Amino acid sequence: MAELHLPATLPSLFEDLPRTLEVEAGTVNEAIDRLDQRWPGMRDRLCEPGPQLRRHINVYVDRERAGLDTRIEDGSRVDVIAAISGG
Amino acid sequence: MPRRVVLLVGTRKGCFVMESDLDRRDWRIRGPYCDGWPVYHAIYDGESGTIYAAAASEWHGSGIWRSGDLGESWQLSSEGLGYGEDAELKLSKVSGLSAAHGRVLAGAEAAGVFESRDGGATWSLKSTLDGQPGRELWNIPENQPPGHLGMPAIMPHPTEPEHFWVVIQGMGIFETTDDAATWTPRNNGLRAAWPREHEDVGFCVHKLVMSPLDTDRMYQQNHVGMHRSDDGGHSWVEVTEGLPTEFGFAAATHPHDRDSFYVIPLDPGHGRFMPDGHASVWRTNDAGSSWRRLESGLPTQDAYLGVLREGMAIDDLDVPGLYFGTSTGQVFASADEGESWSEIASYLPAIASVEVAVVE
Repeated sequence: MAELHLPATLPSLFEDLPRTLEVEAGTVNEAIDRLDQRWPGMRDRLCEPGPQLRRHINVYVDRERAGLDTRIEDGSRVDVIAAISGG
Repeated sequence: MPRRVVLLVGTRKGCFVMESDLDRRDWRIRGPYCDGWPVYHAIYDGESGTIYAAAASEWHGSGIWRSGDLGESWQLSSEGLGYGEDAELKLSKVSGLSAAHGRVLAGAEAAGVFESRDGGATWSLKSTLDGQPGRELWNIPENQPPGHLGMPAIMPHPTEPEHFWVVIQGMGIFETTDDAATWTPRNNGLRAAWPREHEDVGFCVHKLVMSPLDTDRMYQQNHVGMHRSDDGGHSWVEVTEGLPTEFGFAAATHPHDRDSFYVIPLDPGHGRFMPDGHASVWRTNDAGSSWRRLESGLPTQDAYLGVLREGMAIDDLDVPGLYFGTSTGQVFASADEGESWSEIASYLPAIASVEVAVVE
């Protein structure tokens, strides 16, 4: 299980979505799949076709900048950040 | 509930809803809605009573919000709004919306028409106008920096469900009469101030409107000039003479007079504000043969206001009300066909669109 932290811009878009949750996944991409299964449409909020992370969505695994293929270990902390983007 | 007038205001920081009784003097503002996402166009579908708002978040991509209760609650969907994982085209924004004949159409950037027949819950791609003249150029980013040329507007025919028109930025108008199976460019008579590679396209149509009384009577604000069509867009004649500039974005047709039409000319350079800081709406009563400045109640000095393509709307009451929203967050309203104006919102975020509906 990894601990996943989501940005404040997401919970209002999905019913009962918490800011922090536990997820069972081997990569960042799999973690997004798990979220999309539970909250359909989540992948489109985080990823563009490719697939790749959206330009202003940054993901960190254990405080290191990550991509969709980055591995997640049991006990990892995954932070999804809505990066600063204009005023 | 008595009939009331509802304005939908799409802004850089969400959608706002303004309401008044039929006098249109006292307005109440609600919002911001849509989680503060930038809203490019918000419309009211009179058939279903649903508001649709086309939005694009810097963080979370494009989507279309919908509300079945005049803004009290909202849902977002982008299901089906895209060109696919391996497609040549990338969807960066949805903008122009139209609702008619039991469906909603959305124009996208890169240019494509999307359709929803389930009230905005899901969307499907109808057409990217493949094979049309200029099509090979308009979606190549290096041909038109800083990005793609999109489809900012879709205009449905009022009685023929398979008949509608789309605008491609920098290319012009295309008409379909078979529900997007085939298309015909409709730019005959327009002019351009730049080289063009194709005879039928390469024109910069900013706003296309049709008289609700006569589907043959259309007007358009072009990058270069005001134009009128008397044959359903098959040919165009220029009617710029008498206006302070040839440039602008917004336009509106009078609901009870096919010869009356409103525009907001803007400085065509970098400013793109009302010329000389003198706020005005211009009206013709003779299909563009002459123009009259409407300014009573508007700021006539130091008012460098911009109004975008969806920024002006007109209601269909007996004495129509006219409304426009500015790039600096003001909404101005007239309850007497534009003869006199008042500022009904002063401090909204930058406004992209204003639409009006009379609801029960």
